Amino acid sequence: MGKLLAARFVRLLATVFAVSFLTFMLTNLLPGDAINALIPIDAQQDPEYVAQLREDFGLNDPLIVRFFDWFGNAITGDLGKSLVTGQPVMDEITHRLPVTLELAFVSIIIALVFAVPLGVLSAYREGTRTDQGISALSQVLLSVPNFVVGLVLIYVFAMRLQWLPATGWVRLTKSVTGNLEAVILPAVSLALIDLAVYTRIVRSDMISTLKENYILSARAKGLRDRFVLFRHGLRPSSLTLITVVGLNIGTLLGGTVVIEYLFALPGLGKRLLDAIFQRDFLMVQGITVFIATAYVLVNTVVDILYMIVDPRIRKKA
Amino acid sequence: MSDAPLTRRRRFFAALRSAPVLTKMCLFWLVVIVSAAVFADYIPGLADPNYQGWLFGLDDKNEGMSARHWLGTDINSRDMLARIIYGARVSLAVAVTSVVFGVVVGGLLGSFVGFVRGKREAVVMASIDIILAFPGLVLLLTVVTLLGSRDLRVISLVVGFLSIPVYTRVARANALAISQREFVVAARAMGTKDRAILFREVIPNVLPTVLAYALVSAAVIIVLEGALAFLALSVQPPTASWGNMINQARADLRLTVMPAFWPALALVMTVFSLNNVGDWLRRRNAHRVSSL
Repeated sequence: MGKLLAARFVRLLATVFAVSFLTFMLTNLLPGDAINALIPIDAQQDPEYVAQLREDFGLNDPLIVRFFDWFGNAITGDLGKSLVTGQPVMDEITHRLPVTLELAFVSIIIALVFAVPLGVLSAYREGTRTDQGISALSQVLLSVPNFVVGLVLIYVFAMRLQWLPATGWVRLTKSVTGNLEAVILPAVSLALIDLAVYTRIVRSDMISTLKENYILSARAKGLRDRFVLFRHGLRPSSLTLITVVGLNIGTLLGGTVVIEYLFALPGLGKRLLDAIFQRDFLMVQGITVFIATAYVLVNTVVDILYMIVDPRIRKKA
Repeated sequence: MSDAPLTRRRRFFAALRSAPVLTKMCLFWLVVIVSAAVFADYIPGLADPNYQGWLFGLDDKNEGMSARHWLGTDINSRDMLARIIYGARVSLAVAVTSVVFGVVVGGLLGSFVGFVRGKREAVVMASIDIILAFPGLVLLLTVVTLLGSRDLRVISLVVGFLSIPVYTRVARANALAISQREFVVAARAMGTKDRAILFREVIPNVLPTVLAYALVSAAVIIVLEGALAFLALSVQPPTASWGNMINQARADLRLTVMPAFWPALALVMTVFSLNNVGDWLRRRNAHRVSSL
């Protein structure tokens, strides 16, 4: 087990390093001079000043040297400063991250609250009209892109009924109700597809669990169906679900861009999008590497948890 | 042996006939939308998707359905039906490129490393992990900015490249399982060359699963292109694509819903059909593989 963990850790570091390197090279391929983004236009007319600045910023060093400079700082948590606003990239990330995280968690919770009962019911009533109805519903939900859902929600709940705001964000520390009102529509938009995926997973795992002998014996003891389903059936059926939910947290960190854009939320994805449009290289690099690291980290943690929970996988690996 | 392909084809059509009604309807929609997109230039009476009648004195902005404009017009008085059909071209081109890249590169690579294992497998899978961890958006935007064009070809190629990793994973997982099967062991015992086993035993058995996955993946890719277009990052307007039509209509949602509704409906119906047919094929394959 220890050897396995060490191997996973080395692989994690290697992946993060490779992603950092690729991002650095890619953003440096982009046309446009970082210096021009930093100083006013009239100052750009002075070649000596520009040359001096290039020297000061280390832009005359070979690309590879600059990469290792940047990477060395990045390890200590210093991702450099935004070329546009002058803000440290790390500050910007820690400022934006809560929005994206809250969005991801609320949407996962919404998805789970509906998916688990639906999946269990569907498995319990396997083959009946109820089961077919739930399967059809999940197939439809799977096919509606989240930005279409978001648009419909904005139209119905913000424009027509005027119950909730269409755009904007209120920080949790400012107003709890305001925050809830702001998060609900984007979170639902993100949740529907996951809801369908989770329902399918719970259903298929539950169907195979319900065929086990201990379910039969629990029923034979005369326990109520609901008790058997949720107490005896659900836990052994939730292994796949836990894995997929875990992986989804990683995907959602970088995957909320469209919804953040649609609802004008100040999240990490929206910041990345803005940074790309503004040619803010260091910001693009910082956020990309941050998202990729978080993604790889979450994947590794899920893998390890999975090995701890299921001894069969531990042995196989 | 000579009539084997014929029987196989016959068996496929028999299975098609016994498919659920919904799956048949989905197949029908896919055929309709694909042929409309391919032959868009030859459809008699179809309007020019970029013709803006109001510039020429016609008062037909935001019209409802009519004999002249079957699905009405958008805010710039362009014919919605024509824009949806031409928009299908973008979705289709991106989906086809991605499937071709995925099946040819990802499918072969995955089958190969799943069969040979060892160091080559470790290297390929490590690179796949890196590509998967890399936010695709950054790559796409960088390439687009570098080439200075948001041409359909550029978008298709980048999306195609990005779809390779998942196909490689699917193919590898299947190749791993197939390589353990009795007929592969038997072929090995008979002294068949590795290359022959790979091409005659492993790849033909991995392919159906990869192809069934391709339909589902095409649906994902069409949504991805829609999202990119929605962020105004796919093909350059005025070229119609379902995503950018929805994005443009979004601004006028208070005035009229229809210009957003039609492309959204086309998008959802296409994605649903691909998922549905993909699921049906997968169930059929699962049946086939278990009886192999």
